Amino acid sequence: MGKRLISFVAWIDKRFPLTSNWKAHLTEYYAPKNFNFWYYFGSLAMLVMVNQLLTGIFLTMNYKPDAGMAFASVEYIMRDVDFGWLIRYMHSTGASMFFVVVYLHMFRGMMYGSYRKPRELLWLIGSMIFFVLMMLAFTGYILPWGQMSYWGAMVIISMIEAIPVIGEPLSQLILGDFTLSDAALNRFFAYHVVTLPVLLVTLVVVHVIALHEVGSNNPDGIEIKENRDPETNIPVDGIPFHPYYTVKDIFGVVVFLILFCGILFFAPEMGGYFLEYNNFIPANTLQTPDHIAPVWYFTPYYSMLRAATVNFLWIDAKLWGIVLMGGSVAIICLLPWLDRSPVKSIRYKGPYFKTALTLFVISVFVLGWLGTKTPTPLYTMLAQIFTVVYFAFFLLMPWYSKIDKCKQEPKRVS
Amino acid sequence: MKRIRVLLFFFCLSPLLVYAGGAEVALDRAPIQTTDISSLQRGARTFVNYCLTCHSANFMRYNRLRDLGLSKAQIKDNLIFTGQKPGDLMTVAMKEKEAKQWFGVTPPDLSVIARSRGADWLYTYLRQFYRDDSTATGWNNLLFDKAAMPHVLYQLQGEQLLRIEKVDDGHGGKHDVKKLELSKPGTLTKIEYDMYVADLVNYLVYLGEPAAARRVQLGIVVMLFLFGMLGLTYALKHDFWRDVH
Amino acid sequence: MKDIDKKNEMSGRRRFLITATSVAGGIASAAWATPFILSMMPSERAKAAGAPVEVDISKLEPGMLLLVEWRGKVVWVLSRTPEMLASLTKLDSKLTDPNSEKDQQPEYAQNPTRSIRPEILVTTGVCTHLGCSPVFRKEIAPADLGPDWLGGFFCPCHGSKFDLAGRVYKNVPAPTNLLVPPHTYLSENVLLIGLDSKEEA
Repeated sequence: MGKRLISFVAWIDKRFPLTSNWKAHLTEYYAPKNFNFWYYFGSLAMLVMVNQLLTGIFLTMNYKPDAGMAFASVEYIMRDVDFGWLIRYMHSTGASMFFVVVYLHMFRGMMYGSYRKPRELLWLIGSMIFFVLMMLAFTGYILPWGQMSYWGAMVIISMIEAIPVIGEPLSQLILGDFTLSDAALNRFFAYHVVTLPVLLVTLVVVHVIALHEVGSNNPDGIEIKENRDPETNIPVDGIPFHPYYTVKDIFGVVVFLILFCGILFFAPEMGGYFLEYNNFIPANTLQTPDHIAPVWYFTPYYSMLRAATVNFLWIDAKLWGIVLMGGSVAIICLLPWLDRSPVKSIRYKGPYFKTALTLFVISVFVLGWLGTKTPTPLYTMLAQIFTVVYFAFFLLMPWYSKIDKCKQEPKRVS
Repeated sequence: MKRIRVLLFFFCLSPLLVYAGGAEVALDRAPIQTTDISSLQRGARTFVNYCLTCHSANFMRYNRLRDLGLSKAQIKDNLIFTGQKPGDLMTVAMKEKEAKQWFGVTPPDLSVIARSRGADWLYTYLRQFYRDDSTATGWNNLLFDKAAMPHVLYQLQGEQLLRIEKVDDGHGGKHDVKKLELSKPGTLTKIEYDMYVADLVNYLVYLGEPAAARRVQLGIVVMLFLFGMLGLTYALKHDFWRDVH
Repeated sequence: MKDIDKKNEMSGRRRFLITATSVAGGIASAAWATPFILSMMPSERAKAAGAPVEVDISKLEPGMLLLVEWRGKVVWVLSRTPEMLASLTKLDSKLTDPNSEKDQQPEYAQNPTRSIRPEILVTTGVCTHLGCSPVFRKEIAPADLGPDWLGGFFCPCHGSKFDLAGRVYKNVPAPTNLLVPPHTYLSENVLLIGLDSKEEA
């Protein structure tokens, strides 16, 4: 039996680089041995992606992308299709968990300087994945065609219309109609099910290839490839990804699944944050709900959009809001060039960076929380303050990262 | 540096200011137990007798009520009055256009009303109708002002009237406190009516997600299995990682 | 990592853990896949649409053909006149399966009239060749069907012929008699198509 397997693999190897890839990316791919809790989220993101793809395919078997039938088809899945409710909840829980995992994955990068040279391109590809993910979330949320689906989308569409000169024809191009309607629903379905998933999977593959080219960073921010064993040429602080990280990631997956299934089976709505209450009302084009809020993972950006209340220069407040919102996401791409610190990891950075990162985290949470609320003068002022904090983290970084008092990086990982 | 840190800390507490805001609408807690099958059966009976005439439940099939321990014959004999088959959806004959003429608004479909409004809202709503001659139906509702729905259950609850009291607000002024008083008793006492409505709300919660009980059951099995796997995979991971330091 | 390479022989504990985890993982995968596969089975809506159909036959007169839909298919309810019934016995030599030996009907329809009540034929109107719906031809000896035609069903697609009990003629493309669906009489005037008896589905 073992011999048959070996000769079968040999047959494949003559025609396909199976064993060579197995070695290059698994058994002889050396990852730093000091990966901690923060390093689980890459593989978990892949797991959630697979979940979304598979559950999505099965939802597509029964969902109807027609404004008159969409809402009913989702309830049909929940009630009349065997285990349809399970597949639906796996998809909705997975959508929110995708963002939880990706945000934590990005935060790891910010803490340990994983965006620094030679990993700038890796960070840029990751940023593109994040943008595609946001578009997937946006197009996906419209599909149930509930009140939130419709009116949340209307807010974003009106933003596009606000772009000077090209805004109106652009929004008509995107919508296929003069307003949000069945035409838009159908094409957003096409984007959500075909275009964006293909793009996402491609980018994820490219992301892993880019990673394997330079090797992973680690919590100490030192390059393990600079310290190799003279005989074997293997990094002294490296261990083969398989079996060490495959076995560790399997454990991480089980922990994650406990959290995921806990939500899925016992609280799929998560208090209205994962499945919003208003979305159980069919879309009514003539009646806006009292309180429109985007899904929780978009709330920080929504806060910043609403924080712009003053016309500045020749640009009116509405457009400023869009600029701020878009800018807050785009600025993430610039991190590799904003950070001028001599060290990569927060472990060896000085008090300025640590304070700045803490303030950044607080501002994201506060902005996120504010995004769920109806605006009042107090809330708007807070949103404005914390928008400034958010942008200051990035825009002031070239200055504070340079003058920060850093510690000496070790030669070996700890 | 330390001073800056202290200042920054207090600055970050500023969001707590928001709790200086006002109160929201008070809802009574719905005393429902979603596992109480007999309550759900009573609620189902109330629903088909009182609600299904105007409101549809277009996503629910009659034969799904087998979840509540009813047989197909029991469903057919006691819960279907329209000549529909048990496999049919709970649709109503009233057309949207007519409904709009009669009520000004189409009575909303109730299939997922418990998921959008919540059990507490429904429980409070169904108990806060009062007589109001200024409306088209002669009824109004304290929770949902100028609701187009009449008090369908008035024979059971009786009739309530709205009384507005002026109360000292402690700042030298007065504000209005709205209270409902029973002016004409119905066939049920207050506690009986509250329980009656609780059964109906319990049913509406079930109606919103019939698979809920199944979901929780399956969840328990899955969680037990996952905790088992947690121990197993941890042991496996630890066995490999003992070599590494 | 010389010390790691030294562990070439796997310890018993490691082997056990790998096996146990793999088995548990296999069970988990099978359990996880099950709801997905099951979700592909006919939904409640499909099952409801396939539910039995009640037919009111109080107005059915002798010689009249009623067309009913059941599970998306055509079902004929034909009230046969005494002459029609008499013609059935004369055709045996011309038929492929005159005694309904093939399994194209429930056992209560395995008789010369292929029905529960002799006068009323209940059969699917789907030609057993390739699924077209045949035409009811009750006239005797029309020009296109020849002098021996005593009434029955003619399929225009490829020329298959069936008699007034739905039995297939010899030398036509269709191989078997028309399929008789499960059916029962709920009362004198109510026919139920789709179930063998009054039992709950």
